[in-house]
Amino acid sequence: MIRDHFRVYLVDLDTGTMQVLERDGREQLCGGGGLAAMLFQEFGHADRPWDDPEQPLIFAIGPLTGYFPLMSKTVCAFKSPYHDQYAESHAGGRSALSMRFGDMDALVIRGRAKRLSALAVGARTFELRDVNFLRGRDALSCGRVIRDMFPGSGRRSMLRIGPAGENRCSYACINVDTYRHFGRMGAGAVMGAKNLKAIVILGDRGFPLPEGKAYTSLFKDVYKQLTDTSIMDKYHGLGTAGNVGALNELHALPWRNLQQTHDPDVDAITGERMAEDRLLRNAACAGCPVGCIHIGYVREKFQENYQYLYRQVGYDYELLFAVGSMLGITDSFDALRLMDTVELMGLDVMSTGVALAWATEAQEKGLVTEEQTLVPLAFGQADDYMAAIEHLARNSNEFYSLLSRGTLKAAEVFGGGDFACVLGQEMAGYATGEVFFAAEGLGFRHSHLDTGGYSYDQKHEEQDVDHAVDFLVEDEKSRVLLCAMVSCLFARGVYSEELLGRALESVGYDKLAGAMPSMAENIQRIRWQTRVQTGYDAAAVRIPKRFREVVTWKGPVDPDYMEALRTEYARRIMEIGAVSEE
Amino acid sequence: MKKLTAARMERCIGCHSCSLACARLVHKQLSWNKAGIRIRSAGGLSTGFQARLCLACDPAPCAEVCPTGALTQRREGGVIQKRKLCIRCGKCAEACPVDAIFLDHEVNPYLCIHCGRCVEYCPHDCLEMVEIVSERSQPTQEEAS
Ligand code: SF4
Ligand code: SF4
Ligand code: SF4
Repeated sequence: MIRDHFRVYLVDLDTGTMQVLERDGREQLCGGGGLAAMLFQEFGHADRPWDDPEQPLIFAIGPLTGYFPLMSKTVCAFKSPYHDQYAESHAGGRSALSMRFGDMDALVIRGRAKRLSALAVGARTFELRDVNFLRGRDALSCGRVIRDMFPGSGRRSMLRIGPAGENRCSYACINVDTYRHFGRMGAGAVMGAKNLKAIVILGDRGFPLPEGKAYTSLFKDVYKQLTDTSIMDKYHGLGTAGNVGALNELHALPWRNLQQTHDPDVDAITGERMAEDRLLRNAACAGCPVGCIHIGYVREKFQENYQYLYRQVGYDYELLFAVGSMLGITDSFDALRLMDTVELMGLDVMSTGVALAWATEAQEKGLVTEEQTLVPLAFGQADDYMAAIEHLARNSNEFYSLLSRGTLKAAEVFGGGDFACVLGQEMAGYATGEVFFAAEGLGFRHSHLDTGGYSYDQKHEEQDVDHAVDFLVEDEKSRVLLCAMVSCLFARGVYSEELLGRALESVGYDKLAGAMPSMAENIQRIRWQTRVQTGYDAAAVRIPKRFREVVTWKGPVDPDYMEALRTEYARRIMEIGAVSEE
Repeated sequence: MKKLTAARMERCIGCHSCSLACARLVHKQLSWNKAGIRIRSAGGLSTGFQARLCLACDPAPCAEVCPTGALTQRREGGVIQKRKLCIRCGKCAEACPVDAIFLDHEVNPYLCIHCGRCVEYCPHDCLEMVEIVSERSQPTQEEAS
């Protein structure tokens, strides 16, 4: 182990200074999501709005980061512009290893820079530079400039925002090393509110390994399991894009604002077709041999006489759903071009796709006019959607600035809340049934990965509210532990509690290994408590009408069952998150 | 005698498993740069990856400038490293034409010793140990006479 406590870098953008803090709590909260919540308790302000300069933007890694494969993620925590409550988002890229080798367990950023700035931080680095000339720049070209301004290629991570973040869109993302994102809940807007265009984390330290052979031999075992067995094939081969065809087949793929769950025209955007026709290569997060990042390409004719340009675009399931099926796109180049535009603008792709799907239906139904949308929105029309994405990120008019604050915010003004596909935030692409809808609507991150609700739907025909909710609570607890380590959730099939215990022991965290069950409970509790303190009321969450009209392979959704699940799950969450009086 | 080559870097996914393995197994470090092989991207991840590693020169410029014998010429190419003899002057890194020697902040040199332990940790088979075709082992007329 490197140390038994947390080492936290606290950056103050007002003064342009940094402090190094030491904090206890490893055995109660492990790291990652647990550590982030603890730091929000210390530095956050539950009673002030998300864009108050004093609110912290927190990044945290776990005790095994860098030590074991697929311990390759970072937790980002903040008060969300989406609902002004505490929120978390997870991403990989090189962020986690850069933090590990930059010698920090967490990075907390507070204050607001006077001018648009870029921050560089590492074990022996601290610098805050004015980059006002990057205002309005897209995320990718910003990356090119920042790359030349700071040293450390290959052993640094670069986090940056696009115009959406600067304009404080409620679902602006933070781009991490081009192909990964702190996507959900608007972390990009928090950076924007801090006048921070980019963060470079330089990982230039190394640490001695634990004595003895236990660690290297366990590493070898885990590595072999991940690379020599078929466990990870799904992620490496077709990648999550493989779900497109499978979910369509199951009648669980949202199409055209969830008016359908199946479409025979799915072919061009299935994982198989993407891999065969559009895949250039795979890439990986640092420290992960699986390589689930799939990079495709678009090419465009920019002049007569066969003059083409091409761009590389990362794709996976969520993207193919959000700007593919959800918008009725059935051409793979069209889908990739939309992904590219979302990327450049620095928006969360799921929210963008779902918001535009709602806007399309709203326009069809005459609730909004073309004057408001500036381009005619119609399912399948990629060029107009590309323009609309830019309008969203740049808040071109009142309609788009409202929509960029969330679909329900726009629906409050224009109507159409019934067909808004919002489950806490704009939905993820799993129209699997009642359990998933209730789980995502209420879940901590409003992510399909909070719990395995989508897979529960696929495995259970029977309707048993208590059984389903017990599953959600327990499943969350096990994932919470992984998210405190902070493992990629794709590795959950490999990292059993037993293996996590051995891994912790092998690097010297014996006490942590022994404390796992209580630790998991602590982390689950402190996350929910922090959320509740910032205003979350699970009982107030509603599931829009559109979700009651969904027909899956099991038949029509049962609204009563869904309502019973929602009520009971809300009760359980509020029980976990209850803040004691002392 | 064999040397490590990064023969198929077009396949590289940038996982750093090779560097982490070298640091772990050879240099007893948790690191992605205190290693004989380091992975970098030329201009962000879109341009793919390059590996920085020793090309097994013969004669080896790094050994030639090493004043203490910490680096000595390996038969047929590359160097043998004896860390205990190193005074951390950093001359080797300056002399290497391909930036294959990493100096940490204490000026400890890290370079590839062509042991091949990283090879089995590359999931995409980018790395390979190949027999060195040495010019020395085929003496020229002059040397032979
Ligand atoms: S370290 Fe550099 S100079 Fe020395 S043998 Fe290798 S490539 Fe040549
Ligand atoms: S061959 Fe050995 S010394 Fe060279 S990079 Fe690989 S593991 Fe390191
Ligand atoms: S292990 Fe292979 S794929 Fe991974 S970074 Fe090294 S050379 Fe690239």
